[in-house]
Amino acid sequence: MHIVVCIKQVPDSAQIRIHPVTNTIMRQGVPAIINPFDLFSLEEALRIKDKVGARVTVLTMGPPMAETSLRKALSLGADDAVLLTDRKFAGSDTLATSYALTSAIKKLSEEEQVDLVFCGKQTVDGDTAQVGPGIATRLGFQQLTYITKIESIDQGAREIVVHRRSEGGVQVLKTALPCMITMLEGTNTIRFGKMDDMFRAARYGLKTWNKDTTGAEETKVGLKGSPTVVSKVFVPKPRAQKATMVEAEAPTAEAPSAEAMAAAAVEAIFGAQPKLADELLARAAAGL
Amino acid sequence: MSEPSKPQGRKFQLPEHLKEYKGIWVIVEQERGSVHSVSWELVGEARKLADKLGVEVGAVVLGADSPELNAICGDAFTYGADVVYKVTDPVLADYRTDPYTRVMTDVVNTYKPEIVLLGATTLGRDLAGAIATTLATGLTADCTELDIYMDNRSLAATRPTFGGTLLCTIQTLAYRPQMATVRPRVMSMPDRDDSRTGRVVEVFPALREDDVITKVLSFIADREQNEAQLAFADIIVAAGKGLGKPENLKLVFDLAKVLGGEVGVTRPLVQAGWTGFDRQVGQTGKTVRPKLYIAAGISGAIQHRVGMEKSDLILAINTDPNAPIFDFAHLGLVGDALTILPALTDAFGKRLSVNRLAG
Repeated sequence: MHIVVCIKQVPDSAQIRIHPVTNTIMRQGVPAIINPFDLFSLEEALRIKDKVGARVTVLTMGPPMAETSLRKALSLGADDAVLLTDRKFAGSDTLATSYALTSAIKKLSEEEQVDLVFCGKQTVDGDTAQVGPGIATRLGFQQLTYITKIESIDQGAREIVVHRRSEGGVQVLKTALPCMITMLEGTNTIRFGKMDDMFRAARYGLKTWNKDTTGAEETKVGLKGSPTVVSKVFVPKPRAQKATMVEAEAPTAEAPSAEAMAAAAVEAIFGAQPKLADELLARAAAGL
Repeated sequence: MSEPSKPQGRKFQLPEHLKEYKGIWVIVEQERGSVHSVSWELVGEARKLADKLGVEVGAVVLGADSPELNAICGDAFTYGADVVYKVTDPVLADYRTDPYTRVMTDVVNTYKPEIVLLGATTLGRDLAGAIATTLATGLTADCTELDIYMDNRSLAATRPTFGGTLLCTIQTLAYRPQMATVRPRVMSMPDRDDSRTGRVVEVFPALREDDVITKVLSFIADREQNEAQLAFADIIVAAGKGLGKPENLKLVFDLAKVLGGEVGVTRPLVQAGWTGFDRQVGQTGKTVRPKLYIAAGISGAIQHRVGMEKSDLILAINTDPNAPIFDFAHLGLVGDALTILPALTDAFGKRLSVNRLAG
């Protein structure tokens, strides 16, 4: 079985700051990490490898420095790694990105048929959740998003049973390989790398591919291949007015008691939302 | 002249062959006879945009034919649709990516809407990503604001990026339809108008179950699993790291109980294992829009803010008078949540019971 895990190197969004004067993202010093959502998918792929045996190839599209994330994935137990990098890919939106990644997966399939593709549910920088479905559609793979559990996988029959999160509950789906899977967060915990894998990762000769290696058409990648245009980027407007502070009378010079503050807060809430007050009072009167 | 490269912004004029795309569609998310409220929020929003453009609002309802499905078609009119595309086939009874994608691709190619909107739910994001690929058009995910640039009648879809630190407005200029998914509870729910009606276009795609590889073995409904129904709560009492330790969550639950509300938490609390992911509010959790949001011991990081700032009324309780949450809360209370919360529980309890005696 050959499993491809698509990962993305992203800035750690928890540490991003906006420059107060220029209103631009301050990327300096922000550490680059593997998109956290990708780790749930990588772990699931590695579990399949442990259980039924598989070759796990990690694939990323990005600038040359994304090599760091590939080596990290290798140190966790992935077998092979491909860096898809080309200046022509710059400015790709999700449609162009899924096209470029698909061209690389097709090339990987020529070496050894790909049975499963894993993607992160979404990234923390783009947040679109569109690249996985884009790849599945282009490859004609069964699309399994928001998976909470892989119940069984039968290599002989090429069947897989999964639990898929949907709005009102969980769908239990049975389908045939090949599939594209995105795992829901919190469904597993990424392992620690083994010492052997860490050494191997450090020495591993990465495959670096570009547009021509995978045969991607120039008109379908980068800005040219992207239907969407970013027309404006801006910092969210702070609300014009700051919060009205709840204050309460104190008998002496001391701070008012919690009780007095709470009573003042209740009045402020009901004053601001008389309808809500009516509803709550009606509900209380009805004894609910 | 420069090369005919990518057109930018408002000066762009739509090529003639794309002008036949007309109208704004909402794909109504229907599962097991119930509609996700985001679909009606979007019909309301589509109504506003369509009135600007002077075009019709179409609601696409997919499923197996049933009385429930007919009722949903009727509801679509009352919330503002002019046309309902009723697409029925037994194969569409349960949501599955492949048949839904095939059918929607055909219906869009036949009737040519200029804008297609879906909820940014598990179904909407799964389907939108697939259809945008088959249609080879632009899709903007997780929007918080939609508008029309009248200069060229194009959709301007605004969405948070980099975890909400920035907003960007995205357009799909030289491709149709223009697609977007919108988070639930970001747009307001439109009022029903039961006198409204419209025309129904019936579509029978004639699918064959044998052609669909993925089978639904069973469905485990959430109500059987006792998960928090945060997204639909009218009142939410939420806790952040300021509560100090997991035992103190009880104070939040007590207040929520008196108010008949739900309990929400910030991401760090879920990561620390205080409670389950189903209670997380924010960028990677749920977006909520309750009538009252009480934030206790929450500093107001942007990742949390994007999930709750549309609440009707936000009361923030924090010991730090300079906490960012006071910049966007409506009411602020500087104090220790650990003492204020029980006092609030008492105060609400008294206030509500007084009325019961009087009534």
